[in-house]
Amino acid sequence: MADKKICLSGSGLTKVFGFGRQKTIAVDHVDFNFYEGEVISLVGESGSGKTTLAKMLLGLIGTTEGEIYFLGKKRDISTQRKRREYWKGIQAIFQDPYSSYNIFNKIDTVLLDCIHMRGGRRLPHAKKVELMTEACGFVNLKFEELTNKYPFELSGGQMQRLMIARIFLLKPKILLADEPTSMIDACSRATILDMLMQLRKEIGMTIIFITHDVGLAYYVSDTVYIMEHGKFVESGSADEVILRPRKPYTKRLISDVPKIYEEWDLSTV
Amino acid sequence: MSRVILEVKELTTKYITRFKEDIYAVDHVSLKVEEGKSLGIAGESGCGKSTLALSLMGYYFAPLHYMSGEIIIDGRNISGMNPDEIRKSILGNEISYIPQAAMNALNPTQKVIKFIEDVIQAHDPKATRKEIYELARERFEILGLPADVLQKYPVELSGGMKQRTVIATSVILCPKVLIADEPSSALDVTSQKMVIKMLLDLMEKGFIKSMIFITHELPLLYNVTDDIMVMYAGQIVEKGTAKEAVFDPLHPYSKGLMGSIIVPESGLRDVKLAAIPGVPPNLKKPPEGCRFLVRCKYAQLECKARSVDLREIEGGRAYRCIFSEEKLREVYKNG
Repeated sequence: MADKKICLSGSGLTKVFGFGRQKTIAVDHVDFNFYEGEVISLVGESGSGKTTLAKMLLGLIGTTEGEIYFLGKKRDISTQRKRREYWKGIQAIFQDPYSSYNIFNKIDTVLLDCIHMRGGRRLPHAKKVELMTEACGFVNLKFEELTNKYPFELSGGQMQRLMIARIFLLKPKILLADEPTSMIDACSRATILDMLMQLRKEIGMTIIFITHDVGLAYYVSDTVYIMEHGKFVESGSADEVILRPRKPYTKRLISDVPKIYEEWDLSTV
Repeated sequence: MSRVILEVKELTTKYITRFKEDIYAVDHVSLKVEEGKSLGIAGESGCGKSTLALSLMGYYFAPLHYMSGEIIIDGRNISGMNPDEIRKSILGNEISYIPQAAMNALNPTQKVIKFIEDVIQAHDPKATRKEIYELARERFEILGLPADVLQKYPVELSGGMKQRTVIATSVILCPKVLIADEPSSALDVTSQKMVIKMLLDLMEKGFIKSMIFITHELPLLYNVTDDIMVMYAGQIVEKGTAKEAVFDPLHPYSKGLMGSIIVPESGLRDVKLAAIPGVPPNLKKPPEGCRFLVRCKYAQLECKARSVDLREIEGGRAYRCIFSEEKLREVYKNG
């Protein structure tokens, strides 16, 4: 993988909540190199620190220790302006689409904000509408039906797709997807995943999936990181980690997932 | 053929909205569960899975209304009974229900044992606290839950533990049918496995006679239940054993559903996921013909003209499509 460029990396990244007796180490000295154009999965059970790590990568919470490097340079989000600049390069989709929108903003505003963020503030209105229609078309939504609506008027699946339309307009280098499909059922999940993969092909971004679903991680990703108690216990290519796990924790995690071709062993609880 | 514990004949229930519109969420559903068997119900959100569960319990409170059909539990017809009467004599000792967020059913200000006392005393007012404690302790130990859970408050228990406590409590009177509505979807894989093991233990040890398991997670359903029933827009579209339904689905909708399974097993990375385009029909005005018509790849003019009946084929399977079994297999083979 020598010819691949590193787009996001971290060294000794740590997050500690509280102090004294209440101290909780959520993320414990993790090091990683995420390569450009790859799909990466962070897999772990609830409470393993996946979401904390994601928030640190996005710059939503500070780091206790360690550094993050973005496109080879040390990340600098000391001022609001620099932070906004950073967010042009890294964007996120969250688990709950309902809580991801400002309830007072109409759909138009949501999408227009994305165009403005990419420096399209001075474009003529017709051009903006064209861009928005294109983005909605990409996710099989009709812009004419959405215009002048508020987010709560849409269904959960529509909102999640609108989230992807935002990403289509923003064209970030990295997309962090925090449990993007855990709220929707199996057949809409396939649609959302298809769209994300197509989007990745189109704008050549890196996707970081954060999930507890081992099957999903195996299906979508090139590289898988397994997290336990804030540490990476195992990492490597998806085939290597999921099909031939070496660490006992990974083995247990994979054996706990119900399967259809192999026997699901219930005796090891 | 063993004893039939639960039999449902042509059950139809509807919701009446505040604009006086009727929504038929369960539309002529018939099913049969034999002693020692479990039935899985699959389908996407809003297809009527949970409404079916509520209807089976006779839990008819507005806006849900009973329309027609029969529900027979071990020879006793409970359809058309007064909801209050059902709550007194049916719920708990004939049929029991585990909701999705079962852990929220516990009262945070009371100890677990108090919750169990309430359940038992509602059916048997003469039971003493000592008897109830002994029964609960014994039952918890058989099911692999530590007995000191009984003296704890719900906040002291983890999510998986609370879920298992509620399951153990809901079957304390040994109901004949247990309805589990997404009992593990709020839990992570390890707790999920413990919950499933417990449910299977209940069946094995004879505390319940049969189980209905509702979920949209197909790999789980395949591992837990004997038979699978697929619902779409309030109707049954496919019925068969778990193996048949997962590996050899007949209805185009179940075919699509099975194509969206993701499991961490070799070879599945190269399979392209089958996404079903479109959305289910509005149940206020369901289409005349096949309800799956607009999303179906193989739809014909004929599908639109008349309603499609459930076709019974040999081996106890059934599916709702105008095509014959051979025809469907042929079109799937050609893609």
